[in-house]
Amino acid sequence: MTEKTKKNRVLVGKPGLDGHDRGAKFIAQALRDAGFEVVYTGIRRSPEEIAAAAIQEDVDAVGLSSLSGAHMRLFPAVVEALGKAGAPDIPVLGGGVIPDEDIAALKKAGIVAIFTPGTPVDKIISAFQDACAKK
Amino acid sequence: MTIDRLLEGLKARDPRAIGRAISLVENGDENADLILSSLDEDLVSGATILGITGPPGAGKSTLTNGIISRLRQNSERIGIIAIDPSSPISGGAILGDRIRMMQHATDRDVVVRSMATRGRLGGLCATAGAAVRIMASCGCSTIIIETVGVGQSEMDIIRLADITLLVLAPGLGDDIQAMKAGLLEVADILVVNKADCKGADILAMDLEAVARKGSSTPTQVSMTVATEGKGITELLDRIARLDSEHRDSGERNKRRRGAHDQEVLEWCLEILRPKLLAEITRRNLPLAGDPRLKAKKILEEQ
Repeated sequence: MTEKTKKNRVLVGKPGLDGHDRGAKFIAQALRDAGFEVVYTGIRRSPEEIAAAAIQEDVDAVGLSSLSGAHMRLFPAVVEALGKAGAPDIPVLGGGVIPDEDIAALKKAGIVAIFTPGTPVDKIISAFQDACAKK
Repeated sequence: MTIDRLLEGLKARDPRAIGRAISLVENGDENADLILSSLDEDLVSGATILGITGPPGAGKSTLTNGIISRLRQNSERIGIIAIDPSSPISGGAILGDRIRMMQHATDRDVVVRSMATRGRLGGLCATAGAAVRIMASCGCSTIIIETVGVGQSEMDIIRLADITLLVLAPGLGDDIQAMKAGLLEVADILVVNKADCKGADILAMDLEAVARKGSSTPTQVSMTVATEGKGITELLDRIARLDSEHRDSGERNKRRRGAHDQEVLEWCLEILRPKLLAEITRRNLPLAGDPRLKAKKILEEQ
């Protein structure tokens, strides 16, 4: 048989109207440098678009970034859209300007990890590695 | 997902199953053979494979997006394989071609797959070929392979295509860039995108002059403004005419034969590579002596 060449594949994107993509691009590059294949879908995506792209690309995990305060609505909406599209097993991670008091609610809504400003990049990478390994 | 459910899903053209199937083949999974032998050969041989190549920033993805929009008006199901380079250092990749096509993200009849080159010598051609067939077997009547036209493995992928477009844009270099070996030779149709920008006419003239050399049929240049959808209908008409000429003249079959043999060769090498490496390691050969002679000896004894 041919050599097994499994790579971690993730999607990084921004749901909603927030156009500040510095953080998302930083994470995408950090993941690339850690050996991930990163499908970058850019800004202003609907949860349904992100879910459809994640499924077509067969990613192991989805990373979302939000800096505009809409995370409580949009992050769970992506989890829900993945479920509806037949991929409830793809884990969703999120980061951005997220108040501490929202974190528990987001985790309850199915987001497996939340990163706030100042999180060391290694911690984020290893969370993605864990998410990919579990899938 | 179990393999039985995956095969059922492929028959039902389920997007999840298509995505999974391509991954399993790409990753050399043991179920890849089952998937590849379940495909509908009639659909595979009937589909048109379009190659789109050109330098970064020429507008390949945006043009692809315009072609998708146009073909979807005829309710065609379309597959896109968008290839971006892997980092030779980390092995990672940013796959960003999809951004330009996100307007079609929720359209189930537009199947997009991003693929990293993964630094494989030729193996990419084999996996991209498998992805093309999976998409075709799932009803995609046109499949677009999009890749930056530099490097050997990218050139090999373009050989999978029935018709190849070379997309250039003004401001990315003069006609000498286009004269460099490789790019022009693989193209059936030359496209100057961003035709509303300064220098587009001069680029088109230069290209016509360069492409004419050494070829009996003058290469006509198509002008497009992909961001506005301009020139795409005309371009698709040209592609359809050329495709039908190629079908009549036997050129299409000739190319499919060439691509087929190349792919079989690559799979042979892919399958042999780990076995040979294991054999070489097992022998623990002395450092002295010529590697070529040793290689011949090993192959003779297999």
